[in-house]
Amino acid sequence: MTNSSKKRGLLTISFKLNQEDYTMEINSDERLLDLIRNRLGLIGTKESCGGGECGACTIIMNGLAVNSCIIPAARADGAEIITIEGLSKGMEDELHPLQKSFLEKGAVQCGYCTPGMLLSAKAFLDQNSGREVSREDIKEAISGNICRCTGYQKIVEAIYSYALERKGNN
Amino acid sequence: MTWENYYMPSSIEEALSLLDKHQGEARLIAGGTDLMVQHKSEPIEAKALIDIGGIPDLKKIHEENGRVYVGAAATHSQVVSSPLLKEKGRVLVDAAKAVGALQIRNVGTIAGNVVTAQPAADTAIALVALDACVHIQSGSEKLEKPVLDTFLGPGKSSINPSKELITAFSYPTPTSLERTGFIRFARRDSLALPLVNLGFWLILKEDQKTVKEIRIAVGPMSTVPFRARETEASMKDVQISEEELEKAGLVIAEEVTPRDSFRGSADFKKYLIGVALKRAIKVVLDGKGVDWDD
Repeated sequence: MTNSSKKRGLLTISFKLNQEDYTMEINSDERLLDLIRNRLGLIGTKESCGGGECGACTIIMNGLAVNSCIIPAARADGAEIITIEGLSKGMEDELHPLQKSFLEKGAVQCGYCTPGMLLSAKAFLDQNSGREVSREDIKEAISGNICRCTGYQKIVEAIYSYALERKGNN
Repeated sequence: MTWENYYMPSSIEEALSLLDKHQGEARLIAGGTDLMVQHKSEPIEAKALIDIGGIPDLKKIHEENGRVYVGAAATHSQVVSSPLLKEKGRVLVDAAKAVGALQIRNVGTIAGNVVTAQPAADTAIALVALDACVHIQSGSEKLEKPVLDTFLGPGKSSINPSKELITAFSYPTPTSLERTGFIRFARRDSLALPLVNLGFWLILKEDQKTVKEIRIAVGPMSTVPFRARETEASMKDVQISEEELEKAGLVIAEEVTPRDSFRGSADFKKYLIGVALKRAIKVVLDGKGVDWDD
């Protein structure tokens, strides 16, 4: 990134978010989470601990699950980002099949951790598209996402059942 | 105060020239998983941040002239999935796997974990066990030093991120008689700092079961990663067996001086480090010629 700051502390960055191109002027010390929530109004990405320990703010950046609360927004320059709002983009249904699986299995209670859970699961399943995944693999993949309601069992089942179904379709 | 500029250089030269241009008033940021958190409570005093995470040369993991090199900005996830390290750096792979959770491993870097200088940093412990060399560039000067020498105290590194850039860590390519391993005990498998962690490197004699030389690094047993040199000396020329590991476990429990903390009492940590040593070595040597029922 060339630092094209016009005023002190301002930078211009370009990125792709949920398949749309954006060019924005940001503060050099802005967090990616604040850019997503406050400036773009995409409030499906949540903030809980604010220190990279709970996973509520998980997004997918260049194919990897990351905590947007500890990523400088400046680093989004040139990146490709998916937030919960983009999960079912381009699909006929309003919900991604993974989201439907969460509903069917009762994997959502208060819902605060759900966007992060879904994105961690999506990143994990995308990276392992050609192989069978176990419940243990799924637990490891969502171990950075803390849920205080469900006890995780139904979340793991929801992801597992979607993984099996997806495999059947392949 | 906060930074007014954020740079994302694409080469080592560019990063160094930005450091030079800012004359000590800019600082490097790698993954930022510690820095961004710290900034909330204790604002970072720098006029600019220079992000080294996009420099391809700093992300390379490779072997060259009999040494294994791990680029400074290699993430923990990159280390975990590196075929080269799986074969030739098990201690580092297992340590990297233990760090934080996936979202942290996808972003946090090996160099960041060293410069942050936390006494329990898993990959720092692994690098100390490997007696890794840190490759540093400052201006046009290039220097190398043992990684252990960079730890000055909790959160204190000898490496100045406003002047010095770590480019890589390296260690000699292991021979067929060398083994490494890592173990940690924590409340949870993810997102928990360890009660104790331990990394080792050892070289066996031709019989595949006698220790020729061993290095043991442990944390958090001191203000910095700790080399258990007395235990290392006691294990030299010892033929490994259940009984001998039991003895070594007692030696290391005596050698370390942990503190009571909310994670566990000093006595408990002393006991655990003995278990850790036994278990770590056993896992690595199991089924590899060592008979545990000797």
